[in-house]
Amino acid sequence: MSQLTLVQAVQDALRCALAADEHIVLLGEDVGRNGGVFRATEGLQEQFGAERVVDTPLSESGILGASVGLAANGMRPVPEIQFLGFIYPGFQQVVAHIARMRWRSQGRYSLPLVVRAPFGGRIRAPEMHSESTETYFIHTPGLTVVVPSNPYDAKGLLLASIESPDPVIFLEPMRIYRAFRTEVPEEYYTLPLGKAAVVKEGKDVTVVAWGTLVRETLEVIRQLEREQGWSIELLDLRTLSPWDEEAVLNSVRKTGRAVVVQESVLQLGLAAEIAARVGEECLLDLEAPVVRVSSWDVPPPLFQLEDWHAPTAQRIENGIGRVMTF
Amino acid sequence: MSNRVEEVPVTGHNSDGSGGKDDFFPTNPEPSVPKDFSAEELWSFYEQMVFIREFDRRLLRLQRAGRIGTYAPVEGQEACQVGSALAMRQGDFLVPTYRDSGTMMLRGIPITTVLMYWNGRLEGLQIPAGVWVFPLTISIASQLPHAVGIAWAAKLQHKDQVTLVMFGDGATSEGDFHEALNFAGLFQLPVVFFCQNNQYAISVPASRQTATETFAEKAVAYGFAGKRVDGSDVLAVYRAVDDAIAKAARGEGPTLIEALTYRYGAHTTSDDPTKYRTEGELETWRQRDPIDSFAKRLRQWGLWDDAREHRWRVQVEEKLIQAVASMEGAPPARPADLFEHLYAQIPPRLLAQQAALEKEVAQARGVAE
Repeated sequence: MSQLTLVQAVQDALRCALAADEHIVLLGEDVGRNGGVFRATEGLQEQFGAERVVDTPLSESGILGASVGLAANGMRPVPEIQFLGFIYPGFQQVVAHIARMRWRSQGRYSLPLVVRAPFGGRIRAPEMHSESTETYFIHTPGLTVVVPSNPYDAKGLLLASIESPDPVIFLEPMRIYRAFRTEVPEEYYTLPLGKAAVVKEGKDVTVVAWGTLVRETLEVIRQLEREQGWSIELLDLRTLSPWDEEAVLNSVRKTGRAVVVQESVLQLGLAAEIAARVGEECLLDLEAPVVRVSSWDVPPPLFQLEDWHAPTAQRIENGIGRVMTF
Repeated sequence: MSNRVEEVPVTGHNSDGSGGKDDFFPTNPEPSVPKDFSAEELWSFYEQMVFIREFDRRLLRLQRAGRIGTYAPVEGQEACQVGSALAMRQGDFLVPTYRDSGTMMLRGIPITTVLMYWNGRLEGLQIPAGVWVFPLTISIASQLPHAVGIAWAAKLQHKDQVTLVMFGDGATSEGDFHEALNFAGLFQLPVVFFCQNNQYAISVPASRQTATETFAEKAVAYGFAGKRVDGSDVLAVYRAVDDAIAKAARGEGPTLIEALTYRYGAHTTSDDPTKYRTEGELETWRQRDPIDSFAKRLRQWGLWDDAREHRWRVQVEEKLIQAVASMEGAPPARPADLFEHLYAQIPPRLLAQQAALEKEVAQARGVAE
């Protein structure tokens, strides 16, 4: 066991994977000699060679398109897109090919590949470096979308994603890359995809979050429990698609109230889908409408205002307060 | 033009025949029997071109009769399809587009499967085990990076496998063309980029697609050779692809081949080419028809055999009748199949949707009965 940050846990997972399976290759911009702009792949090229940890041209569609071919022909590529906001030139490869190659070949070619991309805001980055656009991928059938919220999960979920026979979009919340450490076992381990984690049990309201906002929401919850005496359950979704409907719906059936906290914009974010499913399945259990706590429906701003764009502690508190006092 | 582009005596690719095309297409390229092929091989070039033309005409008729959906015809490009397919070795990988039914069938996709595809059936996406063909790509040029990745995987795993990717003149304007050729040149990958320049991207002529004189010369920018061949001459296509595959297999990297050809028909059955092409232009190309000109050469070489030709056409007809019967005799599409093959295991949410659809189908059929 060692105490690792999330980005160190990612690196540790990649090292375990490269050591375990010679078919795994990492490719992307600056992932080799430089070890990645966040150092997520630091030392890996040195250890495993330039054939397995590959500095590619600056070419997102090339990286993702080549990964399709690599995966279809026997390799297990783990391409990195330097920031999620840079994936747009390769978007066609994700939506038209990565997501549907198994389907378009009726099972002949599966694509065991993991697209890693740092994402999310509030790191004082320049424009296009702070996108929370997970919805595009959740909206695309055939993809698995995973977001870890802590170092321990990051390693186990990334190794599970790499083992998956299906393509995974693995989004790494930049804001908590180095924000805190947790115990991370040195050995190889996986955590199940498609399963939410109960961060904290509670009786009065279910709060669903993922990524960066899990920890921030937990702080708000602890404060509200102290001040208001409410009992609040927090679920960390971990896999955003296919998401763990059973865990969420069962929790809401128990508590009768639901709040979903997301960093994406409000319109058609995953929170909207969760709210819809809760409405369809739990109507008679509900004590209040489902509330979404979200960024506003505007682009990620230049950094001076980004703290007012993403859900603030106040906004999360207000959201939980609204369902509790409905 | 750089000397890295193999010598071609012409410039220009104007679809009206200007730009020195007559120099590029010699009228009698090979007066005596070529020594690099047996008589049997020469006949098979001819026969496969006839097969593809008959297949193509059959599909057009089926479409017009409402028995299949929209179809992208290939007539005029048979030499490209046959020359490339027959030059590929066992285990080489084909990455085709929607206009490459001919090459796909010659590489092992059953006729019935191709028919099922154009008839809108999921079964048309099936690829038999051991057949190294990718699903045909609709999104222009997006398959080029796939071919690069397939070739890269072969190189990493030390497989003796070359990947051939097909595309048209229009594809060279897409970003993926650039990204793929750049990767292939940089990593010296065993891939052949086979461009069928059929002169039009739907209605836009090749002369409106690029300011360069040829498409072949674009390879220079990526550090490897480009080659231009007469796409109506099946032997020229075969030799160019065969050379490029041999070179790739030796570890000497990629080649871009531009085959000059012409699509006689419409872009798809939904298109009307009379809006953008003249009858005269079509006639010019028909005079150099890949099948007629090859038949002429077989006669010139003393290899022609009327009886054999007739037997082959009868065989082709039988195969096509059988394939159509097999398509039309297939059991109706099963709605629940929508959910198969999306993930390795159907997730719970989709299982619930599959059950809901099955219920809906039963209800709707109950009402209908």
